[in-house]
Amino acid sequence: MSLFVIVALPFLGALLPGLMYGAGRKACAGVTLAVTLTALVGLLSRLPEMWRGETLYARVEWLPALGLNVELWLDPLGFFFALLILGIGALIIMYGRHYLSRDDHMGEFFTYLLLFQGAMVGIVLSDNILLLLIFWELTSLSSFLLIGYWKHLPEGRQGARMALTVTGMGGLAMIGGALILGDIAGSYRISDILQAREAIQASPLYTPALILILLGCFTKSAQFPFHFWLPHAMAAPTPVSAYLHSATMVKAGIFLMARLWPALSGTPEWFYLVTGAGLITMVLGAVIALFKHDLKALLAFSTVSHLGLITMLLGTGTAFGVLTAVFHILNHATFKAALFMSAGIVDHEAHTRDIRRLGGLRHLMPVTATIAIIAALSMAGIPLMNGFISKEMMLKEALSTELYGPYWLVPALATFGALFSAAYSFRFIGHTFLGPKRDDYPAHPHDPNPGMWLPPAFLAALVIGIGILPFAVEPFVKFVTGAVLGNVAEVPTYHLAIWHGVNVPLMMSAVAVVGGLILLALHRPFQAGWDAAPRPEAKTIFEAVIAGALSLARVLTGAFHDGAFTRYAAILALTIVAAAGHAWMTGQTAQPMAMGEWPGFAPSAGWVMLVAAAGALVMFHHNRLIALILMGIVGTMVSVGFAFFSAPDLAMTQISVEVVTIILMLLALNFLPDFTPKESTAMQRVFDGGVAVLGGLGAGLLAYHLLTGSAIAPPISGYHLENSYLGGGGTNVVNVILVDFRGFDTFGEIIVLGIAALVIYALTETLLFGPVRARLLNRTPDKPLSGDRHPLMMVVMTRVIMPLALMVGIYIFLRGHNEPGGGFIAGLVVAVAVVMQYMASGFAWASARQRYPYHGIIGSGVLVAGLTGIGAWFTGTEFLTSSFGYVKLPGLEAFEVASALFFDVGVFLAVVGAVMLSLESFSRLARRADMPDSEYPMDIDPSRDTRTEGGA
Amino acid sequence: MEMLVASAIGILTAAGLFLVMRLRTFPVILGIGLLTYAVNVFLFASGRLTLGAAPILRDGIDTYADPLPQALVLTAIVISFGMTAVVVVIALGAYLSGDDDRVNDTLPDAQPAPRADGEAQK
Repeated sequence: MSLFVIVALPFLGALLPGLMYGAGRKACAGVTLAVTLTALVGLLSRLPEMWRGETLYARVEWLPALGLNVELWLDPLGFFFALLILGIGALIIMYGRHYLSRDDHMGEFFTYLLLFQGAMVGIVLSDNILLLLIFWELTSLSSFLLIGYWKHLPEGRQGARMALTVTGMGGLAMIGGALILGDIAGSYRISDILQAREAIQASPLYTPALILILLGCFTKSAQFPFHFWLPHAMAAPTPVSAYLHSATMVKAGIFLMARLWPALSGTPEWFYLVTGAGLITMVLGAVIALFKHDLKALLAFSTVSHLGLITMLLGTGTAFGVLTAVFHILNHATFKAALFMSAGIVDHEAHTRDIRRLGGLRHLMPVTATIAIIAALSMAGIPLMNGFISKEMMLKEALSTELYGPYWLVPALATFGALFSAAYSFRFIGHTFLGPKRDDYPAHPHDPNPGMWLPPAFLAALVIGIGILPFAVEPFVKFVTGAVLGNVAEVPTYHLAIWHGVNVPLMMSAVAVVGGLILLALHRPFQAGWDAAPRPEAKTIFEAVIAGALSLARVLTGAFHDGAFTRYAAILALTIVAAAGHAWMTGQTAQPMAMGEWPGFAPSAGWVMLVAAAGALVMFHHNRLIALILMGIVGTMVSVGFAFFSAPDLAMTQISVEVVTIILMLLALNFLPDFTPKESTAMQRVFDGGVAVLGGLGAGLLAYHLLTGSAIAPPISGYHLENSYLGGGGTNVVNVILVDFRGFDTFGEIIVLGIAALVIYALTETLLFGPVRARLLNRTPDKPLSGDRHPLMMVVMTRVIMPLALMVGIYIFLRGHNEPGGGFIAGLVVAVAVVMQYMASGFAWASARQRYPYHGIIGSGVLVAGLTGIGAWFTGTEFLTSSFGYVKLPGLEAFEVASALFFDVGVFLAVVGAVMLSLESFSRLARRADMPDSEYPMDIDPSRDTRTEGGA
Repeated sequence: MEMLVASAIGILTAAGLFLVMRLRTFPVILGIGLLTYAVNVFLFASGRLTLGAAPILRDGIDTYADPLPQALVLTAIVISFGMTAVVVVIALGAYLSGDDDRVNDTLPDAQPAPRADGEAQK
C-alpha cells in the first residue's frame, strides 16, 4: 500500500464514525476498527521490502522553492512506531467500544481518535521536517479534543487546555529549531538532515537549534520541568489515556529525539540536557507516583518516570543506550497500555479509581487482576517479564554513564528510581487486587465482558512472551536500532537474554526490588510524611503564570488600544510622517528638485476647483449634504485629471464609481443625522490640523520628488506595450493588462468585490432581523418628504434612457479590448442604468421586474471568469492564459474573438451584481423605515384614476 | 505640471487626514474617501505624467503613457467602492442600533442605554 494511503487512511476514515453513528455503536466501532486494520495491513505489506534493507520513499512536490513538499519515507524506526500506533490503536478501539457508556457520543470519540491516529502516523512517516511539524501540531490539537472529550467535566477542560498550552508552546519552539536545522543542512528533508551531522554540530546555531527542538520533545514527552501536564490530562476517558499518554503521543518527543539522534547526539550539550532531564524526570516521576492514590495518576507519573528513563538512554549517546531505549519503548508500550486498560476496567466496574477504597479485587475480578498483575510486575522489573530485561540493560548503561559529579551518581540515581518504580508497582498490585475482600466498594465489581479484557490480555501475553523469549524480538529491535543509529554507530552485538550471569546490574535490580518491597511495607508512615511536606503544586503555578500573562496582555492592549479611533489615526499619521521624514533626511535624492514651468490655464483651473472643493469640504463638513456634493466635485475633478493625463479608462471608471458612491452615501444619509455637531475643542482642531498639514506636506513632497526624479529602474511596461497586441490580441493595453497579463489579479479583485457586496447584504439582513427593525419601523421621519416622490418626468425619462444606457454599456464592453472601456466600466454603467429605475420608479416596482437575484449574478460572474481561466488548461497552458482568433461570419467583416472577452464577461457580471447588491441592501433598510413604497411607479397617473372610476 | 499634481495630492491627503480625525462616522468616511483619491492619484503618478498619449496602440505611434499603473489604479478604484460601501453599512448599522455615530468608544458608565442593543447585534 502506498505510504500516502497509509497516512491518509485514518484522516479519511475519520469521516466514517460520525456517519455510521446512526447505524449503532457496533457499526460505528466496527468501521473505525476496519480503517485502522486496513492501514495496519497496508503497513505490514511493506515489511518484506523493508526487511531486505530498502527504505521506501513517497514524494509529491508542493512548494519546492520553499522546501515544503509532501515527502514520506518508511524506514525501520518509522515502521516500528507506526506499528505501535496502529496496533495499539486497534486494541484501543475494541476496548473503547465497550468502555464508552451509552451517553457518550461514540461517533465523535472515534472521529477524534482517528484524527489523532492519522497525525501520529504522519509524524513517524514524514521525511520532511516541515511536514512533520504540521502533523506534530495536529497531534496537539486532536489530543486537546480527546482530553476534553467529556466536556461537562471541568477537570477535562482544564486538563485539555493545559496540555494544549504546554505542548503547543513546545511545538512553537520546535518550529524555530526545525527551521534552523533545515537551514544548516540546506534541506528540509529529514533524510538529508541526518546526513549533515558534521555541518550541524559545527554550526554556531547548533546549541539554539538543539534547545528549541528539545523544548518541543520535552513538552510532548512530559520531561521535567514540563511533566506536570500529563497527570492533568488523565481527566480524559481511559482509552485515551492508554493510547495517547502511554503508547503514542507522549512517545512522539522520544521518537523525534531518536529520529534526529544521528544528527544531534554525541555532543556534551546533548548529553547534559537530555540525560540530565531524563534522569531527573525518571526519579521525580517514580517518587511522586508512589504517593498518588488515583490509579490513573499513579500510572501517569509512572509514565513520566519511564519516559524519563528512555530519554536518559537516548541522551547517553551510545549505541547500547539506543538499543535499550528502543527495546524499552516496545516494552513500556505493552505493559503500560495494559495497565491503563486494567485501571479503566477497575474504574468501570468498581466506580472508583481511588486506591484507598480498593483492595481484594482479585477475588471478584480474577481475569482483570491476572492481567494487571502481570503488567505491573513487568513495570516493577521482575524476571520473566519484558520490563525486567530492559531494566537490566538500563542499569548496565547507567553504570557506564558519568554525569557531573562522582562515577556512582548515575547508577545510584538509576537504582533509586528503579526502587521507587518497583515500590509503586507493588502498591498498584497490593492495594488494588490483593488483601482481603471489602464490602464498601461504590459498586459491585466483577470481570467485564471479554471485549474489554481481551485487548489488555493480548498485551499481557506479549509482556510474558517477550519476557521469556526475548531473542524472538531481538532481530526486530536491532533492525530498528540500526535505523536510529544511521551511519553514526554500529548496532551492538549484545544479546537480549534473561540471564547474563550474576553481575552488577542484577545486584542493582535485586536492591531495587527488595527495597521496593520494604518501601511498600513502610508505605503508611512515608505517605503521612509526604502529605505533610510542603511541595509546589504545578497546577497552581501554571494557572498563576497564565493569569500573569493575561493581565500583562490586558495592560498592553489597554494602553495601546483604548477605543479612541481618532487617536489611532493621529498616531498612525504621525508615525508614517516620522518614518518618511527619517528616510528623507538620511536617504540620497537622485537629483535636485526643479520647479516646473507654468502649466497653462486649463490645468490650473482644474487644480483650483479641486483644491477649492477639498478646502470647502473641510470647512463645511458639518453640513453633511453639502459635504457630499463637494466630495462629488473632488471626484469629478480627479476623473477629469485622469482624462487629461492620458488615462481614459481611469477617467471613465472614476466617474461611474463616483456616481454610484454618491448614491450610496445619499442612501446612508437618509438615516444618519444631517449635521455633524462641533464637538472637538479648538486645541484639538489645531492639533489635528497640524497633523493633517504635516501628512499632506509629506505626501505632496514625496509625490513631487517621484514625479521629477528619474526612475531608478526602467519601467516594465515596455513589455506590456510590445506584447499587448501580439500576445493578448488587444490594442487597449490597460484592458489587456487587466484581463490577460494580470488576469489572476483581476480574478481576485472581482472575488473581493463580490465578498464585500455579500458582507453588506449579510449585515443588512442582520440589522433587519434584529432590534433595529423595530426601531426603524417606529422611527419618525426627520426630513420633509417630497410630495411627488416619483415624478412623472423622471419615471418616463429613465425608462426611455434605459435601453440607451444598456446599449452604451454593451458598446463600452465590446470595444473594451481595443478602445477605452471593458468589463469594469461597462458593469458600472449598466449598474447606474438599473439604479436609475430604482430611484425613479421605486423599489417595489423595480424589484418586481428584476428576474435574477444579484447574488446569483455575482456568483455567475466569478464562475464565468474562473471557467475561462480553467479553459486554458485544455489547450495545455497555465490558468488564465488567453488565446484569440479571428472569426468570419457571413455578412460581417472578420472580427476578433479572444478568450479574454469571456473573462471580461465574468468581470462585468461580478461588478454589476456587486454594485447592485450593495445599493439594494441599503434600499431594503429604507423600505423597512418610514418610507412606505408605493406599488405604482408614478404617484400621479391619470389612467389609473379613470380605470378605478370605471371599475367602480 | 508636476507641481500641480503633487500639491493636489498633498492637499487631498491633508484634507483627508483632518476629516479622518473627526469624531463622527460620516466625516471619517468622507476623509477615507479623500485619502483614497490621494493614494490613487499618487499610484497613477508613479507612471509619470503624459499628455495626449493614451495607451491605445496605434500604427505609427510609439510613445504611450505607462499602462501598468493605470491598470492597477483602475482595480483600486473599483475595490475602494466596495470598501466604502462596507464601511458605510457598518457605520449605519452602528448608528441604527446604538443611536450614536461617534467613532470613539466612550467610558462604560457614559454609554447611552440603547448600547445594549448594539451588543446583541454582534
